[in-house]
Amino acid sequence: MIRIENLKKKFKKLQALDDINSLFNQGQVISLIGPNGSGKTTLIKCILGMVRADSGSIHVNGKQINGDPSYRSQIGYMPQIGRYPDNMKVGQLFRMLKDIRKIPETGLDTDLLVKFNLVSIFDKPMRTLSGGTRQKVSAALAFYFNPAILILDEPTAGLDPLSSEILKEKIMQEKKKNKLILITSHILSDLDELTTDVMYLQEGKMIFYKELSALKKETNEEKLGKAIANIMKGGKKEALWIDEVLALKETVKNN
Amino acid sequence: MLKLSRYVLYDILRSKVVLAYTLFLFIVSFSLFQLEENDSKAILSLLTIVLIVVPLISMIFTTIHYYNSYEFIELMLSQPLSRTRILLSEYAGVALSLLSAFLIGVGIPVLFFAFDETGLALLFTGIALTLVFTSIAFLASVKARDKARGIGAALLLWFYFALIYDGLVLLILFAFSDYPMEKFTLLLSALNPIDLGRIFIMLKMDISALMGYTGALYKDFFGSGTGVFFTLGIMLLWITLPLLWAIRVFKRKDL
Repeated sequence: MIRIENLKKKFKKLQALDDINSLFNQGQVISLIGPNGSGKTTLIKCILGMVRADSGSIHVNGKQINGDPSYRSQIGYMPQIGRYPDNMKVGQLFRMLKDIRKIPETGLDTDLLVKFNLVSIFDKPMRTLSGGTRQKVSAALAFYFNPAILILDEPTAGLDPLSSEILKEKIMQEKKKNKLILITSHILSDLDELTTDVMYLQEGKMIFYKELSALKKETNEEKLGKAIANIMKGGKKEALWIDEVLALKETVKNN
Repeated sequence: MLKLSRYVLYDILRSKVVLAYTLFLFIVSFSLFQLEENDSKAILSLLTIVLIVVPLISMIFTTIHYYNSYEFIELMLSQPLSRTRILLSEYAGVALSLLSAFLIGVGIPVLFFAFDETGLALLFTGIALTLVFTSIAFLASVKARDKARGIGAALLLWFYFALIYDGLVLLILFAFSDYPMEKFTLLLSALNPIDLGRIFIMLKMDISALMGYTGALYKDFFGSGTGVFFTLGIMLLWITLPLLWAIRVFKRKDL
């Protein structure tokens, strides 16, 4: 569904994406992981056409994205930090996007809207919402139009445990519907249950892109976090961050 | 496109700045007509307002609006909408609200007290200047990286067109006063929409008789049908060129 070829992007001196090649297909749940600033969000923004790549191409459903915005009607995007017009009310936001996408009432997926109980805050302006509630609105919007491709940038960051569980369950449901789901997250334990494939980015380079089962087999580890730590230990000092995380977790546990 | 502009308009109306602007223009024009015995004197005072205040407010309001609706633009970009359409909708929304403010604030008093050729010329100039400076402000804000730079650039451009340019023209005329400059000054006036508007209105008034030989030449030119078309054409160029340039920049921008 999404094919990326030789994608390169440079911000001033920083090489944000360095020759990325990959193929994402229906039914896959791909975890994009990597340290801060490794190019995950840039890659997502390139797919959405918000960032223009320097070279290389992206094809969605066989069509190269180049000017024609219609392919975005198949994508549901949940941004890392949901920013919305201050004066707009929650209900208006949903109505407006429905108006723009021209999707009949029956084609809408109001599941999250109900589960997060967003209807009760429909008349509140966006600026009065807390960070977590905004995140819920973003999530509900991403799923609202029942898109074939879901792109979720740090979906569970800022959500309370209950909402985070609801969202994860929703992602599982969509996975069963044979959709393509792209997730970035730093909470590897969240990803563990969801993903089928793992893509690891570092300093804009794709270090590996593997099936989760293969990754686990290679490393003889049960957990995604440990598997990645294991694979990165092969002489790469940059991967130390994940060791640190694991070590920190251990000390927390021991105390 | 109108659908999006509707939301832009709605957002603008909620901020009440445009309402204040309308009220200001209305009170000023109304009281000028009341204070001055002679309506053409009142028009002359109004001319200053139109030439100085209208461009300034158009520039500042547009720039601030652009940065305030950055979130809205971001949200729209993840929808199946082209960038050209998004920017044009923004332009239409801003221009429409500023135009209606001007037409209500200045238009109604002028139609009431001075419904003649001069009054209509004043309205035409005001409308043209609103559109021109909204265009220029869009270009400035699309090009600038942050709010402070954007507003700074808008203010500088306004200074240039409203004050500095006249100084430069005077300097040139003074330096080359030995040569016949009439045709050349005609050209110079086309390079500044404010000057063009001023000359266009002044020549409809009696005071043009005081402007000597150059005034006579101008009257000859602007009084004829060619002059009107010339003014109209140049103003249209001033509206479309910065807007097209802004769209070009916006299409290539990373957001």
